[in-house]
Amino acid sequence: MRTVFSRPEKFHMYYKETIRQMNDIGIGSLVIICLIAVFIGAVTAVQFSYQLSGGLVPRYYIGYVVRDIVIIELAPTFTCLVLAGKVGSNMAAEIGGMRQKEHIDAMEIMGVNTATFLILPKVIAAVTVIPLLVAIAAFVGNAGGYIATVPTGLLTSEEYIQGLRAFFIDFNVVMMFVKGLVFSFILTTVSCYQGYFVKGGSIELGQASTAAVVYSSILILLFDYLIAIVLTQ
Amino acid sequence: MIRIKDIKKSFGDVEVLKGITHDFEAGKTNLIIGRSGAGKTVLLKLLVGLFAPTSGEIWYDKTNFVELNRNQVREIRMQVGMLFQGSALFDSMTVQENISFPLDMFSKMTTKEKLDRVNYCLERVSLEGANDKYPSEVSGGMQKRVGIARSIVLKPKFLFCDEPNSGLDPKTSIVIDELIKSITIENNITTVINTHDMNSVMEIGDNIALLHMGELAWVGNKDDVLETDNQLLKDFIFASPFLQKLAKAAGGK
Repeated sequence: MRTVFSRPEKFHMYYKETIRQMNDIGIGSLVIICLIAVFIGAVTAVQFSYQLSGGLVPRYYIGYVVRDIVIIELAPTFTCLVLAGKVGSNMAAEIGGMRQKEHIDAMEIMGVNTATFLILPKVIAAVTVIPLLVAIAAFVGNAGGYIATVPTGLLTSEEYIQGLRAFFIDFNVVMMFVKGLVFSFILTTVSCYQGYFVKGGSIELGQASTAAVVYSSILILLFDYLIAIVLTQ
Repeated sequence: MIRIKDIKKSFGDVEVLKGITHDFEAGKTNLIIGRSGAGKTVLLKLLVGLFAPTSGEIWYDKTNFVELNRNQVREIRMQVGMLFQGSALFDSMTVQENISFPLDMFSKMTTKEKLDRVNYCLERVSLEGANDKYPSEVSGGMQKRVGIARSIVLKPKFLFCDEPNSGLDPKTSIVIDELIKSITIENNITTVINTHDMNSVMEIGDNIALLHMGELAWVGNKDDVLETDNQLLKDFIFASPFLQKLAKAAGGK
């Protein structure tokens, strides 16, 4: 880990690589994240309206619950679990492939600090871009709740928007960004580690890619719980 | 010049190299030959620092490579070029970007100077105009030549080649051998080549070291090969019946 965060040899090469990674992670994942977020919001809204039907709770609470559950939990966790599968496995396969094709050895012999050059730009790009993707997912998730409830007549537009504005706590947004930051760090470091130390052939590369997704996902869920405990006490 | 002294390397209980002492001379093509499993690749990886020896010394001129810390090793590596068996070109980069990568990483050249240097190296390996092609768009022989161009772009003092002719046809192999030889002489580089190719042995073997089961079994040059009494070398060089007949026809022992 210390090697990864050591001083880069040439700043502009790292800058170029970081921008490329930001593009791959951010732009490359935007569609899938929006698609998932819209359904998360929609399903949450529909199921909560089903549970509230015939009860004493005001209907605008649907918007309120969708907003909070999406911001606090679903946007950061779902987004990062999906990215662990999409981006994490890709990082493990990319670095593992470079290891197997002797690209990493070639760089080492040139004098490049390969751990820093291959991993640091990915970590920086991920911790910058993934929290933004989480924020977009939160926005789209709330829009998904609107789409699922207002046109279908479950709620009026005014009721849903009233719910979105009710009992708003700024700190929930901070919690969302903290989760996004921690989860993105976990998924990149775990995936890069799995790829960097891969040994053997294509079967081992596949196993490393799978391990990257499995370990990242487990750690994301574990840290989700720990962050929830720490930030809500 | 590179000097190794009593180099040993073990992986677990298996001793792959059993105390090798040898000099790789500057301005010469130094060949490491031997059967598969003799320890050639391990020795080459020890020389470039991809493995650490269990014991022994590796001297790059007057510097003991084994005692250097990570940053000092990196400084030595600025003077090292390596051609890999599979070329190890970066797939996502063009030929020009591949060759320019070490310059981008370590030199303070302007873009124009870097381009001039890349073009010189491409010209040196007879690949003028291939700048914008990707590795997947060129043949195996051309990939090797791009690998050579990349390995000499920083004007190295030491050049390592791991099986430079593997997977190439005999004519292309000769071109690669001649290229390595001429670059070595031109720049007074210490070149170490790990090879199985008998043609390379007979054409460019200035200083040949035969490894057998982790030990140095024979040292000599291409002229000594036909005259040797060393049975291990004879078994290795003249393994095929065709070469045995040729050797007899040439009046060898």
